[in-house]
Amino acid sequence: MNMIAFSQTDNQHLIELQGVTKVYGTGQAAMHALRGIDLHIEEGDFVAVMGPSGSGKSTCMNILGCLDTPTAGAYKFKGIEVGKLTRNQRTRLRRFYLGFVFQGYNLLNRTSALENVELPLIYRGVPSGVRRVRAVQALDRVGLKGWDSHTPGELSGGQQQRVAIARAIVTEPAVLFADEPTGNLDTARSREIMDLLTELNRDQGITIVMVTHEMDMAAYAKRIVRFLDGLVESDEQNGRTA
Amino acid sequence: MLWNTVLLALRELKRNVMRSILTILGIVIGVGAVITMVTIGGGATAQVKEQIASMGSNLLMVSPGKRLGPGQSSGNIPFKQADAEAIAREVSSVAAVAPVSSKSIQAVFGNQNWSTQVTGSDNQYFRVTNRSIRSGRQFSDSELRAGAAVCIVGETVRKKLFGGQDPIGEKIRLQKLSCEVIGLLEGKGQSTMGMDQDDIVVIPLSTFQRRISGNQDVAIIQVSVRDGAPTEKAQRDIQLLMRERRHLSASDDDNFNVMDMKEIAKMLTGTTQLLTALLSAVAAVSLLVGGIGIMNIMLVSVTERTREIGIRLAIGALESEVLMQFLVEAVVLSSFGGLIGIALALTASIWLADVLHVPFVFNAGIVIIAFLFSAAVGVIFGYFPAFKAARLDPIEALRHE
Repeated sequence: MNMIAFSQTDNQHLIELQGVTKVYGTGQAAMHALRGIDLHIEEGDFVAVMGPSGSGKSTCMNILGCLDTPTAGAYKFKGIEVGKLTRNQRTRLRRFYLGFVFQGYNLLNRTSALENVELPLIYRGVPSGVRRVRAVQALDRVGLKGWDSHTPGELSGGQQQRVAIARAIVTEPAVLFADEPTGNLDTARSREIMDLLTELNRDQGITIVMVTHEMDMAAYAKRIVRFLDGLVESDEQNGRTA
Repeated sequence: MLWNTVLLALRELKRNVMRSILTILGIVIGVGAVITMVTIGGGATAQVKEQIASMGSNLLMVSPGKRLGPGQSSGNIPFKQADAEAIAREVSSVAAVAPVSSKSIQAVFGNQNWSTQVTGSDNQYFRVTNRSIRSGRQFSDSELRAGAAVCIVGETVRKKLFGGQDPIGEKIRLQKLSCEVIGLLEGKGQSTMGMDQDDIVVIPLSTFQRRISGNQDVAIIQVSVRDGAPTEKAQRDIQLLMRERRHLSASDDDNFNVMDMKEIAKMLTGTTQLLTALLSAVAAVSLLVGGIGIMNIMLVSVTERTREIGIRLAIGALESEVLMQFLVEAVVLSSFGGLIGIALALTASIWLADVLHVPFVFNAGIVIIAFLFSAAVGVIFGYFPAFKAARLDPIEALRHE
């Protein structure tokens, strides 16, 4: 993180997209996934990103998550222009500031819940003793106390997603990106996960950006951004607070 | 960080025990074969050296013919007994000189018969070849001069012809010659080339010349140099003397050669070492094949674990860390294979050494080299798959099913 120097200014946004476009392919086959997105996200926000398939919401998430870079326009994370960073610099940004939760959980198979949660701390170079304590705390936080030694195969979908959330929050990230976190879960399990995310946002002040199809789930967020054909269709505060 | 990576790698390998074992099989066999070959080859070489040393390092062999190699000589003017006598008389640094001729002959006693090496020489022969008489006596001067029908037998001949019976005083038949056994040689065991040195019957040279070969030739003159005297000087003196006796002019090449045991040893060990090197080279190829095996499995593993790599990259693993992880996995695999190979090779070598009657000589050098080489195989053949893993796009990798 030493190589990333943040320029702190008063009116700075945590996340700032300015005229971001993303084009896949070239010439006739060019596919415009994003056609010019302007978006600000402040610290402590809980944003639900909605939109039909092909609307560009996933592409946008990849860019926000520093996994991809814009074709044109600027993405500033804490004032840093991500598009100008190298692959390794973006990796370090993810390592120290971002957490990810995926639809398919994406846990390491045949690896205990504890080891899964410890993984990002290993890459941060946290000593093993501290790592263990923090991983146990994170599992505790998502309501999986005592499930440390279970492997993903021995856990239900809801539990697996909790482990994934524990893995994402164990590093105390600035932003948690959740890509359809309830997509594979039934309603009851989905509500539990959403309650957990809401709590994390409310109690720990973790900024959350979540992609979802379902209005029910989006309703938990403070703010809903709708994508359509590579543009932001609407961006409004959510009336209901979950 | 490196230790962490090693732990991660070990964890990963433990998860796939069966595949890990199959992966390292090639390395195990490669390392095992190389070490076994080198160890057994080293044992054989040591045995050759030891036996030559037991024959006495101060031994010189003078044989007629141009220098070609051990046991090879082009047909040429043979030596006579007088040549041996001249060496004993003229060369001051020699301790003993034995003119020797021999022939393979069927020895018969009663209804037993045994094909053995009949050697014609004199009492000096026992001194030169470092042998002693266990029972009975040496030849007497008159027996030597007169070409008497007497013989001294080796241990193997005694066993084959006489069984438990005392051979002294008995008569054995060698072709048309019936001779009395007057002595029994101390056993000496197998020689360098696997020949039984106790399979021998010694008779006086004059007897041999008259009754067996039918001429006055001496096949070879064996000379032992006095302790402390330089063999090089004795060798040179004998050479000069022989040139004179054989009337060679300054421009002529030697038509005989004087070899010391060091040279003979060098030739013999050279042969075993060459063989060892050849076999080891063949074995080394299997190491290479083992390396390719590791690469294949690592490539499969990278494909299989694409999603995992995606997760690691997304979570914050640097390219170099993913590269390191897979490289360490390959190295841990291959070095582990190396260790098993070493254990296997040592077991096999001890067993083989016993079966082949070769001493077991532990060669720490080759064990270390083989281990380092197996680790290097991991680095070399693990690099490509590791590089492939590190270069994956996390978005694509996460989408991979």
